[in-house]
Amino acid sequence: MNAMLARSVTALSQALAAKEISSVELTQLYLDRIALHNPSINAFITVDARKSLAQAKAADELRAVGKGGAGAGPLTGIPLAQKDIFCSKGWLTTCGSKMLGNFVSPYDATVIERFNDAGAVMLGKTNMDEFAMGSSNETSYYGAVKNPWDRGRVSGGSSGGSAAAVAARLAPAATGTDTGGSIRQPAALCNLTGLKPTYGVVSRYGMIAFASSLDQAGPMGRTAEDCALLLNTMVGFDPRDSTSVSREKEDYLGMLSARADGKPLTGLKIGLPQEFFGASERTGCTAEVMRLVEEAIAEYRKLGAETVDISLPNMKLSVPAYYVIAPAEASSNLSRFDGVRYGYRAPEYGDLNEMYFRSRAQGFGDEVKRRILIGTYVLSHGYYDAYYLQAQRIRRLIANDFVAAFRQCDVIMGPTSPSTAFSLGEKAADPVQMYLSDIYTIAVNLAGLPGMSIPCGFANSLPAGLQLIGDYFCEAKLLNIAHRYQQATDWHLRYPPEIG
Amino acid sequence: MTMKQWEVVIGIETHAQLATRSKIFSGSSTDFGAPPNVQASAVDIALPGVLPVLNRGAVDCAIRFGLAVDGKIAARSVFARKNYFYPDLPKGYQISQYELPVVVGGEVTIQMGQGDSLTEKTVNLTRAHLEEDAGKSLHEDFHGKSGIDLNRAGTPLLEIVTEPDMRSSAEAVAYAKALHALVRWIGICDGNMQEGSFRCDANVSVRPAGQRELGTRREIKNLNSFRFMQQAIDYEAQWQIAEIEEGRPIRQATVLFNPDSGETCAMRSKEDAHDYRYFPDPDLLPLVIDLDWIEKTRLSMPELPAHKRDRFIASYALSTYDAATLTAALDVADYFEAAVAVSGAGSAKICANWVTVDLAARLNKEGRDIAEAPVSPIQLGGLVARIADQTISNNIAKKVFETLWNGEGKSADEIIEQQGLKQITDGSAIETLIDGVLAANAPMVAEFKAGKDKAFNALVGQAMKAAKGQANPQQVNALLRKKLGEV
Repeated sequence: MNAMLARSVTALSQALAAKEISSVELTQLYLDRIALHNPSINAFITVDARKSLAQAKAADELRAVGKGGAGAGPLTGIPLAQKDIFCSKGWLTTCGSKMLGNFVSPYDATVIERFNDAGAVMLGKTNMDEFAMGSSNETSYYGAVKNPWDRGRVSGGSSGGSAAAVAARLAPAATGTDTGGSIRQPAALCNLTGLKPTYGVVSRYGMIAFASSLDQAGPMGRTAEDCALLLNTMVGFDPRDSTSVSREKEDYLGMLSARADGKPLTGLKIGLPQEFFGASERTGCTAEVMRLVEEAIAEYRKLGAETVDISLPNMKLSVPAYYVIAPAEASSNLSRFDGVRYGYRAPEYGDLNEMYFRSRAQGFGDEVKRRILIGTYVLSHGYYDAYYLQAQRIRRLIANDFVAAFRQCDVIMGPTSPSTAFSLGEKAADPVQMYLSDIYTIAVNLAGLPGMSIPCGFANSLPAGLQLIGDYFCEAKLLNIAHRYQQATDWHLRYPPEIG
Repeated sequence: MTMKQWEVVIGIETHAQLATRSKIFSGSSTDFGAPPNVQASAVDIALPGVLPVLNRGAVDCAIRFGLAVDGKIAARSVFARKNYFYPDLPKGYQISQYELPVVVGGEVTIQMGQGDSLTEKTVNLTRAHLEEDAGKSLHEDFHGKSGIDLNRAGTPLLEIVTEPDMRSSAEAVAYAKALHALVRWIGICDGNMQEGSFRCDANVSVRPAGQRELGTRREIKNLNSFRFMQQAIDYEAQWQIAEIEEGRPIRQATVLFNPDSGETCAMRSKEDAHDYRYFPDPDLLPLVIDLDWIEKTRLSMPELPAHKRDRFIASYALSTYDAATLTAALDVADYFEAAVAVSGAGSAKICANWVTVDLAARLNKEGRDIAEAPVSPIQLGGLVARIADQTISNNIAKKVFETLWNGEGKSADEIIEQQGLKQITDGSAIETLIDGVLAANAPMVAEFKAGKDKAFNALVGQAMKAAKGQANPQQVNALLRKKLGEV
């Protein structure tokens, strides 16, 4: 295997700047690897070598101009995989659905636009659960993604294609989106570092909406350092997104601390919610994952941090509240897929209503239909107060729990996922079991907080993730806490056994 | 058998298209009449991933309206999604306001009757809220298919809802006209009813006179002219009365008015009404309007019609009727004030007559707007000044007005001078003139003497004719009576 494939984005950036390799060469290297291994992993839905190489060539030219390339930035020429939820001009943008199987976007999402402006190369569009609804990537119309650590297992979801692509070294890093854990859970299941920023930090414009009040895009990479580098490009106020937050730009990479011996995290208070820990009958968390999480926390203590016991009393209500709010918003967000203006339209229909019925019946998969039905139900006249309004009240209680918790600690830690990667098909027939895979991540979205998952060890050769939850806009702090751990451990440097 | 007395109860919902340059949630133009779909952006056609961003100009319009009707402008209002499927509704939901509208309450004063029988009535508003318009479905010329034009999709609307305060079609029309004038007055809507910029729905019910409880209402949709509104409400009320009298209860329904048949017919009943599944739009933050925004808007408001009307009555000694007519539209009121500034406040009544009668008739005849009047307010004021100081008679003034209208003179004074139209007020000159008329019309004088009063008018006519209309009519009258008494 080419040594370049083992390098982080930060290292590749230096290699490109030093002219050790060109972007065209690097891009070709990844494209060849995708051609070879994607058939067994199914991480990408769309790859377009001609487009990617044209971008790589432009990046090389930019780096060639002047000494070191005056217009070049750290991401110039870096190939990245983009989740197929981001509209990308001239690219098929399916969102994992048959409904958009023919949709070539005429415009770029803000996230894509920012990466293009930074000179990054789009390596392809990654597989995902249909409309980001799923925790295993099995709801994709384009087939399930296989976990590179064990191809009989799921890669997690919904950003499972991005996670598998990076884990299998089919891309140096990728983007994901996280509505209830869709960055963090697949990161945990594939041994990656993934960050879901505070709601509003990354623009949602051009990111196909699942649940508008919860959706947030973020980076997925091998290291906290790489996530910081990608996040630098992704964030920023966007006048096209009314929920985008206007705030001073931070240099997340620059804010990462240099290596230091001894106890560099002295003074850091880690909150451990009692609801996250304890017997597996109560938390649903497997003993192996719990042991790895506790070991990781012990490592943090060694680094100088202290732990405090905290409580998030309404935690248990997060899954039910989420499965009211997210489907409610989704049922409305997905109404635009009606077969009228773009996307799938049933080949045969008698009248307008039949066109709607058949196009949507044929264009959407079961999980999407299930959530549209739930969402339609909870918003219906006579049920709205009992379900939607009640769920919104719970949401506020959960957010208040976190506000109280952050008076006692700087960061909250716990498992990302209650288990390591489960087998393909294991939970596919049981939606509730599937929904419970996000039991640790969902509350973070309901509160709008930033959350991360970092590799923290292996159980039966399968990776587990440690979740870090920060206060609002504390991405830099979270990245730094993750970075400190990665300076002291090497879990994040482990790769799955070479495939194919 | 005694006929039962029925009371008609009407509430009106109006969709006023706001006169913003761009759409309410996108940057596309709102101009009318462009080829289909050229004014539809990614946001308007609801591509995957696009998001709405509120146009502050539309909010300005809503604040102006709230101030004009003395409503409460909500410090915080919320946009909600109204979910339903229709091909010209691209997102599958309309962004509107539901539980928390931008304007709450307010009132519009209407006037009924004329002159001494003029009465005023206040129509209370329930609310006014911001929302986006849908596109249009075109059902012709597509070989059995329907065409969709999304140019109108996303055009800002202010939906203005009244309480059920009106009791006749005449009141409903008076309200609609007053509202129409008001939204144009404050510059938030062009009021073009043909282009659909101002559309009314009427909720009509009937109840036995004296009953407090409201009857079951039916809603007449999309009334796009005042005449149709009157016809539709009259028909609907009579239909409802007839139904009830024949023992058939009214069922809540949405109806359409057919102008060709003059009838209303049900579109859909309450049973198949949509469940719109309203919920707050998570893509938009609550609309927060602070006092500063309201005060800045207030400063940019024109004087409101009611205030201007009262001022016209007080400052110019005009009748309520004249003042109301002049303040029916802002451009008319402005024209009048500009003319009075030239003619002087003492001749305001003459000025008012000229603006509301002569000028209005002439404009109406040519189908022109007052803004396009060939006679400027300064020219009209100059003309009125010459009537007031008796330089010319009202009849001569009409000639001068025609000359000005045709662009054949710069000012009334110039025309009077050039055409020698100055009124003869010299008593001796008029006397000489009358002597000549009496001498030449001996038979008429004889008739007058025989007691025929009509002959007097004929002699006045002869005298005016001899004076080419330029003699002061009052003087001619007085002198003629005096002479005839002497004969």
